[in-house]
Amino acid sequence: MYETTYHRPSSIDEAAAMFAKGSESKYLAGGHTLIPVMKQRLASPSDVIDLARIKDLVGIEPTSDGIVIKAATTHYDVAQSAIVKKAIPALAYLASLIGDPAVRHRGTIGGSIANNDPAADYPAALLALDATVKTNKRNIKAGDFFKGLFTTALDDGEIITGVSFPVTDKAGYAKFPHPASRFALTGVFVARSPGGEVRVAATGASQNGVMRVPAIETALKANWSASALDGVKISADGLMSDIHGASDYRANLIKVMAQRAVAAAG
Amino acid sequence: MGVEGIGASVVRKEDRRFTTGKGRYVDDIKLQGMTHAHFIRSPHAHAKVKGIDSSAAMKMPGVVGVLTGQQIVDDKVGNLICGWAITSKDGSPMKMGAWPAMAPETVRFVGQAVAVVIAETKNQAKDAAEAVVVTYEELPVVADIRSAIKPGAPQLHPEAPGNVIYDWAIGDESAVKDAFGKAANVVTLELTNNRLVPNAMEPRAAIAEYEEAEEHYTLYTTSQNPHVARLVLSAFYNIAPEHKLRVIAPDVGGGFGSKIYIYPEEMVALWASKKVGRPVKWTGDRTEAFLTDAHGRDHISKAEMAFDKDNKILGLRVKTHANLGAYMSLFSSSVPTYLYATLLSGQYNIPAIYAEVMTVYTNTTPVDAYRGAGRPEASYLVERLMETAARQLKVDPAELRRKNFITQFPHQTPVIMAYDIGDFGASLDASMKAIDYAGFPARKAKAKAEGKLRGIGVSCYIEACGIAPSKAVGSLGAGVGLWESAEIRVNPVGTIEVLTGSHSHGQGHETTFAQLISERLGVPISQVQIVHGDTDKVQFGMGTYGSRSLAVGGTAIIKAMEKVEAKAKKIAAHQLEASENDIVIENGEFKVTGTDKSIALPMVALAAYTAHNLPDGMEPGLKETAFYDPTNFTFPAGTYICEIEVDPATGKTSFVDFVAADDFGRLINPMIVEGQVHGGLAQGIGQALLEHAIYDANGQPITASFMDYTMPRADDLPSFKLSHTPTLCPGNPLGVKGCGEAGAIGSSAAVINAITDAIGHNKLEMPATPDRVWHAIHG
Ligand SMILES: Cc1cc2nc3c(=O)[nH]c(=O)nc-3n(C[C@H](O)[C@H](O)[C@H](O)COP(=O)(O)OP(=O)(O)OC[C@H]3O[C@@H](n4cnc5c(N)ncnc54)[C@H](O)[C@@H]3O)c2cc1C
Repeated sequence: MYETTYHRPSSIDEAAAMFAKGSESKYLAGGHTLIPVMKQRLASPSDVIDLARIKDLVGIEPTSDGIVIKAATTHYDVAQSAIVKKAIPALAYLASLIGDPAVRHRGTIGGSIANNDPAADYPAALLALDATVKTNKRNIKAGDFFKGLFTTALDDGEIITGVSFPVTDKAGYAKFPHPASRFALTGVFVARSPGGEVRVAATGASQNGVMRVPAIETALKANWSASALDGVKISADGLMSDIHGASDYRANLIKVMAQRAVAAAG
Repeated sequence: MGVEGIGASVVRKEDRRFTTGKGRYVDDIKLQGMTHAHFIRSPHAHAKVKGIDSSAAMKMPGVVGVLTGQQIVDDKVGNLICGWAITSKDGSPMKMGAWPAMAPETVRFVGQAVAVVIAETKNQAKDAAEAVVVTYEELPVVADIRSAIKPGAPQLHPEAPGNVIYDWAIGDESAVKDAFGKAANVVTLELTNNRLVPNAMEPRAAIAEYEEAEEHYTLYTTSQNPHVARLVLSAFYNIAPEHKLRVIAPDVGGGFGSKIYIYPEEMVALWASKKVGRPVKWTGDRTEAFLTDAHGRDHISKAEMAFDKDNKILGLRVKTHANLGAYMSLFSSSVPTYLYATLLSGQYNIPAIYAEVMTVYTNTTPVDAYRGAGRPEASYLVERLMETAARQLKVDPAELRRKNFITQFPHQTPVIMAYDIGDFGASLDASMKAIDYAGFPARKAKAKAEGKLRGIGVSCYIEACGIAPSKAVGSLGAGVGLWESAEIRVNPVGTIEVLTGSHSHGQGHETTFAQLISERLGVPISQVQIVHGDTDKVQFGMGTYGSRSLAVGGTAIIKAMEKVEAKAKKIAAHQLEASENDIVIENGEFKVTGTDKSIALPMVALAAYTAHNLPDGMEPGLKETAFYDPTNFTFPAGTYICEIEVDPATGKTSFVDFVAADDFGRLINPMIVEGQVHGGLAQGIGQALLEHAIYDANGQPITASFMDYTMPRADDLPSFKLSHTPTLCPGNPLGVKGCGEAGAIGSSAAVINAITDAIGHNKLEMPATPDRVWHAIHG
C-alpha cells in the first residue's frame, strides 16, 4: 500500500469539503473493494475519507411509499432488518447472499453501487425495483445511474447518501454464485409494481454490467409464473464468457435464475 | 493400550497454540537489524532480459541494495537442481535446462524473479522495486503440452530440443501387445489431469542471518524438510558450508508438497544476507504463491485396457504427456514416472502393463509433487478406465473391480511395486454397505421423477507411501536416501524428548509420536516433547512428504525406543537386584515380574545421569539414536463411493453422500487420521469439481487469485462417512501404512465417475464445473 492520509469526517458536508481539498481523494465505506485495490498498489489515493462513521449515512427508514437504505448501511444490517424484510423481503435475502459474514459486516450498499462491479448483487435489485439513488446533490434513477462496467453517473466527489426503494407487489432474487469469488456468475432480480409493471434485471451476465431483460419482462407481464418463461430464448450476444461460464451458459442462467426468482417471489 | 497410547483419539497437543494464535511461524520472527526483500518478477512468460537499471531505485529511501541474476551467476551460486535422474527409452539422460535463482538472461514463466530489492521496510522495498527499470524482449511462448510438442514450437531451453525433457517407459511392451492381440474387448479413454495450485494457508517465507564473526548462517524457512534444504543449499548451491548453516523450519502452515523444494527466494535471502551484511526477510504474498509455488498434476493421457471374454483384465497400455513447467523442480522428474506409472496396476491383477511418459517444458510455473504426487494421476486414470469398462461391457462397476482384485499377497505387479498386504474386497464391501449401493437404482429413479440426474461413482485406489528403501530408489535415479532418524532423550527427571527428522506442518506429529512413547512406557503424552525442524537440534532427517512420517519416522522412533528400554531395563534390574529379563514396563514403572518390586522411570533416569550406581561398564546417560531404512513401500488402499445429483438446468453438482473405507494399517490416533482423510478428500474433490490453474496462450496465468481459482470451501463438501478396514503392514513394527494423501488420491475418480454416470456419457474433464457439466448435458 502507498502512503495515504486517513480522514474521519462527522458530517456529509465535511466529507465533501475534505474530498475537494485532497489532490486525489477517495471515499471509504466498508473498504472491501477499496482496501484490497490499495494493498495491491492499483490505487493510490492521496486522502481516504471514511464515510462509514457518519451517523447520517447509516440506517434504514420506512417512507410513505417504500424504504430508504442509507449509503453506509452494511449488507448484514440490510439482511437482518425487520423493515426491509417486511417491505421487500427479496432485498434482505439478496443482502444475505453477498460474500461471507466478514464481507457482510463491513461492505455497504453505497460502496457496492458506487463501485458497480458487473457481478455485484445490489445493482440488479436497484434496477428491477426502479430505485432512486440519493446523493448529496441530487436524485438519480437506477436506470440512469449504472453506466457500464465499474462506471456510474456519480460526479467526482459526489456522495451517495442513500437508496430509496418503492414498495412492490412482488419481488424475488435468485443468484448462481461464481464458484471462486461467490459474486454473481449470474443473478436475476424480478419485480412487479403495484401498478403491474414488471422489471427484470440481470447481473453478472452482460459485458456492460447490470442490464434489464426485456424478453423476460414481456413474458412475465403477460403471465407472472416461472413456466411463462419456458419458451423464452435469451441471446448470448453481448454476454460475458470466461473460464467459469461461457456466454451461452450465462444466457441459460438468466432464464433459469429468472424462473427461480419468480418462484421465490410467489 | 494406555489412555493416551496407540488407538486413542487424544486431542492434538499442538492445537492449543494454533487455535489461540500462538503458533510461531517464520513471519512471526523478527531479528535485530532485519531488512526486507521484495522480488522483481517477470510479467512475461518468455523474454530476454535486456537490461536492469537500478540506479534510481538505489537512491530511494531505505534501500539497502538491489541484487540481480547476474550477481548470482558471478558469485557462483549453483543453479537449481533436480534430485532424481530419469533415463529415456533410448538410454539418454533427461535434458535439463539451467535454472539460476534469479534470471540473468532469459525469463521463462510469469513471476520468475530477475532481481531483488532489499530495504529497511517491505513497503520501501516495494516502492524501490517500482523504480527499477527492467527491459525485456519478448519471445514466443508455449503455454501447454500440446503446443510444446508441436513441430517447430518455440524452444525454452537449448539443452532440450523439441521441449522434451525425457521420453521414458516402464513395463513390457511386447507382452502388452500380445495381451491386446488376445483381447475380447478393448476399452479406451483419453483424459486430462488438471493443473492445481497447492495453496498452503501460510505462504512461503524465509529469514536469513549471517554472523560474520563465526561465518555462520541461519535460515528460518517454511520447509517440510530442513535438513534436505541445508544439504542442497550447501552441497549444490555453494551458499554456505553445511557445518556453518543452521536451517530452522518452525511452525509451518501447510505444505502439501509445495514446501519440499528449496526455491529461488530462500536461496536469494540466504545469499543476500551476507552480501548486505544484515538479516534479510522475505514473506511471499498470495499472488507470489500462485505464481511461484510448484504446481501439481497437469497430465494428458491415453489409456487402453484389454479384457478377456470373462471380463478379466489382460493388459494395460498408457501414454502420458506431463507438463513440468519452465524448469525442473527438485523432484519433478520422479513424479510422473516412479511415483505415477508404478501404481498403474491399481488394485487389480494385470498381467501386462506398458506405460510411456513424455515430459515437456512450457512457459509456466514449474510443476512438482503435490499431495499424492503421481498416485492421484495413476488412480484417476485406472479408476476412470474401470468405470468406463464396466459401462462398455455392461457389467456392474463394483463387480468388475471385484472380479479383477488382487487377493493373494505378496503380489508383484508388472510395474516394480510388490504389494505386501491388503484386503480390497473388505473396503469395497464396507463402502457399498455404507452407501446402500443396492438401493441406488431406486434412488436414481426417484430423482429422475423430480427432474434431477443422480449418479454413483466408485473408486478403488491404492497408493504407495513410506518412500522408500534407499537402495531401491537409488537404483532408480534418486539422488538421496529416504530413511529416517530418531533420537530419544530421557532427561534426568524422566521427561522425554523425541527428536525426529520428519517435520510436522499440520499432521499432528507432536501428538501421534508422543502417543508411541506413551504406549511403550505408560507415561502421559504431556511428559513427552517432540522436537523437529531444526538442523542444530536434530541430527539428520529427510523430512515429511509421501505420507512417510509414521511408517518411516515412527519406526525410527520405535527402534530408538527399543534401545532406550533395553538400557533402562538393565539399570532397573541393577537397582532392583533382579534379572534384566524379569523387568517389565507398566505405567511408567519398571517392575520385576511376579514381585511387588518396582522402580519408577524418573528414578531410572536419575540413576542413569548420576551414574552413582550403574552396572559395571555401562556408559552414563539415557539417550539413544536410530536410523531406519524401510524395506518396502507401504500400500494404503481403500474404496470411495460417492453419490451425486446434477441439476440439469444449471449443471450444478450436489453431493448426496460420500463414503470412504480406508486401509491404513494400524491407527495410532484415529481422530487425526480422519482429519487427514477429510483434508485429502477436500483436495481430491476440489480437483474434481473446482480447482484449475489456467494459462492463456501467452502464458499469462488467469487464475492467480482466489477470485478466479476456486478453492474448496466447507459448503462445497459433503459430510464424509469414514470407516476403516485395516490389514496390518508387515513391513514395519507398528503395522502402519500412512494416511496423508489417500483422500486426495482416491476421491477425484469417484466424483467424476458419479457425474458421468448421472449425465450418461463420458465426455467430461476435471474440474467438472457447472458450466462444463451443463455443456456436457446440453451440448
Ligand atoms: C471476499 C469478497 C466477497 C464479496 N462478495 C460479494 C458478492 O457476493 N456480491 C456483491 O455484490 N459484492 C461482493 N463483494 C463486494 C462487497 O460486498 C462490497 O459491496 C464492495 O466491496 C463495496 O462496498 P464497500 O462498502 O466495501 O466499499 P469501499 O470498498 O469502501 O468503496 C468502494 C468504492 O465506492 C466508493 N464509495 C463508497 N461509499 C460511497 C458513497 N457513499 N458515495 C460515493 N462513493 C462511495 C469508494 O470511494 C470506492 O471507490 C465482495 C467483496 C469481497 C472482498
